[in-house]
Amino acid sequence: MRGTPGQTVGPFFRYGLEVEGGGLLVSPGSPGAIRLSGTVYDGSGAAIPDALVEIWQADGAGVIPTAEGSFHRDGTFTGFGRVHVTDAGEYEFWTVLPDADFIAVIVFARGLMDRLHSRIYLPGRSDAFLESLDPAERATLVAIETGDGLRHDLRLQGENETVFLAYP
Amino acid sequence: MTETTQATISAEIAALHSDYDKRRAAGMPPLDSPLVDFAPYRSSVLRHPTKNPKLVDPESIELASPAFGHRDVAAVESDLTVQHAGEPLGERMVVTGRVLDGEGRPVRHQLVEVWQANASGRYIHQRDQHPAPLDPNFTGAGRCITDADGRYSFTTIKPGAYPWKNHVNAWRPAHIHFSVFGSAFTQRLVTQMYFPVDPLFPLDPIYQSIPDQAARDRLVAAYDHDLSSPEWSLGYRWDIVLTGPRATWIEPEGSDA
Ligand SMILES: [Fe+2]
Repeated sequence: MRGTPGQTVGPFFRYGLEVEGGGLLVSPGSPGAIRLSGTVYDGSGAAIPDALVEIWQADGAGVIPTAEGSFHRDGTFTGFGRVHVTDAGEYEFWTVLPDADFIAVIVFARGLMDRLHSRIYLPGRSDAFLESLDPAERATLVAIETGDGLRHDLRLQGENETVFLAYP
Repeated sequence: MTETTQATISAEIAALHSDYDKRRAAGMPPLDSPLVDFAPYRSSVLRHPTKNPKLVDPESIELASPAFGHRDVAAVESDLTVQHAGEPLGERMVVTGRVLDGEGRPVRHQLVEVWQANASGRYIHQRDQHPAPLDPNFTGAGRCITDADGRYSFTTIKPGAYPWKNHVNAWRPAHIHFSVFGSAFTQRLVTQMYFPVDPLFPLDPIYQSIPDQAARDRLVAAYDHDLSSPEWSLGYRWDIVLTGPRATWIEPEGSDA
């Protein structure tokens, strides 16, 4: 069957897609908690203030969560997060480092016609796909270690444009 | 404020569609997605990738999906007309359909979220400056979990068309925003559902960002009289098929990628 086309998330998605605690996959300060943050940029290098970022990941043991209730924040690690960026284009999640090469990420924004899939690779981890990229492309997919976690910017266009993905 | 006219926008849309039609005639397969580089939607100019997406085999995390369920969503959230003390103004309607994967299999027990303007074409969002009345009895956001057949259903009111500032006298055709999860994270989709025979279709650069007419048609719900309830509400049917982002055509003609 042919797929249903995507459309932009538009400007007014906040109240439709708001999730309480959407960025808190774990409590800040809990054992193993890391801060995963970054800025979403447009092709002029300006921050995008009306973007939505979703992440989906395995837990610290590499297990993909399957328990029902991915929005729940009751101490069970559900692996899914969703945040609206700030007016400065910043997103922030509190999560754990998965025992995996990467965290899956999707970005939506006003002005962006369709969602964009990408990956946030953990520093020091790699796979055949990452190695197949040239160094400049690869750099757009690998997070940077910070004092309390990881930093990873998403650039929708321009120099250092993030590598986005399609699937067969 | 832009001085761009509808005639300018319409001419740009026609040129981009004509380019697509030529590529189709030359053998390019049909496109099931919007063109991300679609300047008639002015806000898109600096917000689209200029490189083709990289084709990659999904890993296990991407082949799995978050597991939403009735712990996340209360049954009442699928009725947008009962969220306040009174009933909202507007044409009461039910919209229902199935969420399917590319093989036609139902996407079971998965999350569907919607948001929309009220009957006057006004969003409750604080940045919506359209001088149409807010409805104290309508928020315009709903959620539900698909059933074992992949079926979702919302009760709501028909949203109004609304103006936006893309160009002079720009109006969005009435639509409901849909956010859908599949059985794999690769199938994640956010889109908009439209209503039959809207006269604003040819003028709207967001709807027309999908260059393929058959693909555009798939965003339009069908009026279904069997779904209408006597003395109560009108019914619309709209199915959603989740296939995930395919390698899309962005690169110049002649490329073999
Ligand atoms: Fe809208």
